[in-house]
Amino acid sequence: MASPDSSILPAVVRDHQREILQQWIAEQSSGSNARSDLLSDAELRQQSSEFLQLFREAVQAGNLGNVMGTEWQGVRELLATVSKANAIRGFTPIDTATFVLSLKRPLFQQLTTDAGSDADLLARETWTVTTVLDSLALFTTEVFQRSREEVISRQQQELMELSTPVVKLWDGILAVPLIGTLDSARTQVVMESLLQRIVDTEAGIAIIDIAGVPTVDTLVAQHLIKTVAAARLMGAECIISGIRPQIAQTIVHLGVELVGAVTKATLADAILYALRQSGWSVSRGRS
Amino acid sequence: MVSVRQAVRAWAVEMKFSLVDQTKLVTAASELARNTLIHGGGGSARLEALEDGGRQGIRLIFEDQGPGIEDVKLALTDGYTTGHGLGLGLSGSRRLVNEFEITTSPGEGTRVAVTKWK
Repeated sequence: MASPDSSILPAVVRDHQREILQQWIAEQSSGSNARSDLLSDAELRQQSSEFLQLFREAVQAGNLGNVMGTEWQGVRELLATVSKANAIRGFTPIDTATFVLSLKRPLFQQLTTDAGSDADLLARETWTVTTVLDSLALFTTEVFQRSREEVISRQQQELMELSTPVVKLWDGILAVPLIGTLDSARTQVVMESLLQRIVDTEAGIAIIDIAGVPTVDTLVAQHLIKTVAAARLMGAECIISGIRPQIAQTIVHLGVELVGAVTKATLADAILYALRQSGWSVSRGRS
Repeated sequence: MVSVRQAVRAWAVEMKFSLVDQTKLVTAASELARNTLIHGGGGSARLEALEDGGRQGIRLIFEDQGPGIEDVKLALTDGYTTGHGLGLGLSGSRRLVNEFEITTSPGEGTRVAVTKWK
């Protein structure tokens, strides 16, 4: 007879590992959440058996109160791997959590058999199993979410870098073609890389092309003005090009003045102006 | 904000507004949506298609439950700002549309309705 404090769970999992595994696999493949389209039987068996083995080891170690403890390291690592792999295969977080939660029924059944007529013990063990499996299921959801967030933040960074190509057009002439919505974070990156390139290339003229910016409102205008002012402080003249007729009218109505910058309708005009400013002359050669 | 701009542009295109009017309306929407977000602490934006005796228009209504505006006249002055902007958002967007209506009182939030006729 076990003392009131000790759990029979470790013994149950140890002695009946094979039965539990079989029932669990049956449970998973028969349930309404069965995803045989995404996961083959062999893979399911492999995944379940690995999990149960690690689960057993963790349960033997004794720390049933805290699945974040070191005893559960192996289980957590496996779940993290499964959760990430599932995310890539197209499982929903629900599918992954169900994988863990579906272990409840086989475990409960086995506990019922082993606890016999001791209702108190059964209630206590059921509660323990529920707490542990719920925490593990929540953990898979958290991992799923975290891996999604990682993807998003990586994409944001990539976008950020993509959005700021400062190109050298000619000796001492730089150009930044701006594309998309200009928010504060992106403008900051644009400004930094432009100023850095002005230093690196000793450029005297920077062309900022806004043909790819869909809307120029006061915030965008303010960002442009600041960038121009910063470039001027470093001794570079700025040309803002790509101002479409509708944008020009809107800017006028808004009452914004793009002070300190020469403005041109097209990038071609800006390039010509920049070449002339730096003493080059452009002429068509004889063919 | 991006979705407000895109929705307004899509509507303006569908109702065959000229390119200039599309741009003006989208820019006004952008300004007002930003005000709602920054000063009003978030709110709602509503689009309405209008028809009045053969002429068509779009009305945009921005509502928030923010602190409201104490002095509307001052807020509509060019260059006046409580934030760090240029102070042209509200006054500028009034110039971009045909009708501009603002209802606000301190502590009660702000409602701005603008209409652009074709």
